[in-house]
Amino acid sequence: MATAAAHQTAGTPAYGAQDGTAGPAGDTGTDAYQRAFDAAVAADERIEPRDWMPDAYRATLVRQIAQHAHSEIIGMQPEANWITRAPSLRRKAILMAKVQDEAGHGLYLYSAAETLGTSREELLDKLHSGRQKYSSIFNYPTLTWADVGAIGWLVDGAAITNQVPLCRCSYGPYARAMVRVCKEESFHQRQGYELLLALSRGTPEQHAMAQDAVNRWWWPSLMMFGPPDDESAHSAQSMAWKIKRHSNDELRRRFVDICVPQAESLGLTLPDPDLKWNEERGHHDFGPIDWTEFREVLKGNGPCNEQRISQRRQAHDEGAWVREAAAAHAAKHTGAGRSGGTGATRS
Amino acid sequence: MTTTALPTAAALALGDDALVLSHRLGEWAGHAPVLEEEVALANIALDLLGQARVLLSTVGDEDELAYLREERAFRNLQLVEQPNGDFAHTIARQLYFSTYQHLLYARLAGGDGPFAGLAAKAVKEVAYHRDHAEQWTLRLGDGTELSHERMRRACDALWRFTGEMFRPVEGLDVDSEALERDWLESIGEVLRRATLSVPEGPRSGAWTAGAGREGLHTEPFGRMLAEMQHLHRSHPGASW
Repeated sequence: MATAAAHQTAGTPAYGAQDGTAGPAGDTGTDAYQRAFDAAVAADERIEPRDWMPDAYRATLVRQIAQHAHSEIIGMQPEANWITRAPSLRRKAILMAKVQDEAGHGLYLYSAAETLGTSREELLDKLHSGRQKYSSIFNYPTLTWADVGAIGWLVDGAAITNQVPLCRCSYGPYARAMVRVCKEESFHQRQGYELLLALSRGTPEQHAMAQDAVNRWWWPSLMMFGPPDDESAHSAQSMAWKIKRHSNDELRRRFVDICVPQAESLGLTLPDPDLKWNEERGHHDFGPIDWTEFREVLKGNGPCNEQRISQRRQAHDEGAWVREAAAAHAAKHTGAGRSGGTGATRS
Repeated sequence: MTTTALPTAAALALGDDALVLSHRLGEWAGHAPVLEEEVALANIALDLLGQARVLLSTVGDEDELAYLREERAFRNLQLVEQPNGDFAHTIARQLYFSTYQHLLYARLAGGDGPFAGLAAKAVKEVAYHRDHAEQWTLRLGDGTELSHERMRRACDALWRFTGEMFRPVEGLDVDSEALERDWLESIGEVLRRATLSVPEGPRSGAWTAGAGREGLHTEPFGRMLAEMQHLHRSHPGASW
């Protein structure tokens, strides 16, 4: 926090400000705060909740963090689909722990969003009414047990590629949440890889199941990086604010380069005849992505859009009486009618 | 009693209880009433699955036991196989079972029998499970009119499955009558604080309630096993 002036909210002394409560020297009004904010971002400092920030920066962060939180809780569904059918007790324990981690990530991320002046309730309401989105990848179904492995290897792998740079995001609470999320995601990615490896080296039926899952999840995973750079609506501003550090296409290339040798080690192929190493570019070339499919799924026409959001709404609606009871109980016994539901848990 | 091999019947009884209840709790994933409960219910399910794996492994191969036994060979209480129902039913089931398990494991941990080591570790986990169930019983019982009514109904509905917990199990060196007295006292105290009354129906007697330890289960259990076992059984001999 070297540029103390940047961490100054009008009328509210920022913690960590080195010059106490003084405003930016010689400046008054929003322009001074804007300049101080710009300087802090340029100096790679973290913006903290009580610091002044442009409204558009705040709105962008709320949108992005909420979308990320929603993706965690919607993302529980396709994997929870296999908890009750997991084929060994070891795999069942790993899968339950993973789905639990996703609920935990949802909790940190909603909390990070709340530091920007919103509430979990408000964000869930926007998710349920379709005003905020979640990652489109979860609108694909998990048809076989191997899909659990493919999600871990490819979907979590793509998520990590996207999220590791977010650990250096300019907004402090989001960056810190991402450090923990990324550590857990890398476990999930390795567990998914290991699940697929066991299938690939198993019976012919298991191998075929693994290959089929990779065939179905490969392209949607590449779409997770978002539209090509020249069509990405929010990228330029987010890069300038250092919320985003790398372009969509750059991250996608990085992901493909990581996956190709891993697929070879797995003994599985990737469903792209154009995929080959380009010596000159130092990257793999890959075939065209079907952006029509991407846009259709985004619009709500994917295989599971309706199912995912209905299940989420149903769980929320059916749980209303439980949350109301917790709030009523808290109001009776502490005098505070905080909405509750904090069950005893060690996580 | 020696401290080496665990008695098979007792290890199966306790292992199957943990395995089956863990499975039922796993069914909540993605359906819980609040995000904190997604985490809490999964936590409890994972603890129970861990206990089940240790117990079943002392008897044989954990996966063969979980996936290849028929319904009649399972030795779990009928209580733990009951469907989740609404959140109140899940909590009532947790309250009844975790109170039993906590009292039982505390006794086993304090003794020098073959389950002492395992019980010493598990009793710490189960203390959290019991606390979780108790806190929710209080919230639901003493929350809104609706939650009170739902909790009352759930406690009543599951009451008839609670007598079975105190039938002696071969190889479990505990005083079942004392266990039952402590359980009734503890449950009575929680229900009173939750403004609920202790259910009045019978806790055993009918053949349908109380024979899980002998392999007699309720209809929903067969469907639960069909789902749990189908993938494993579809690929005989495969490794996962």
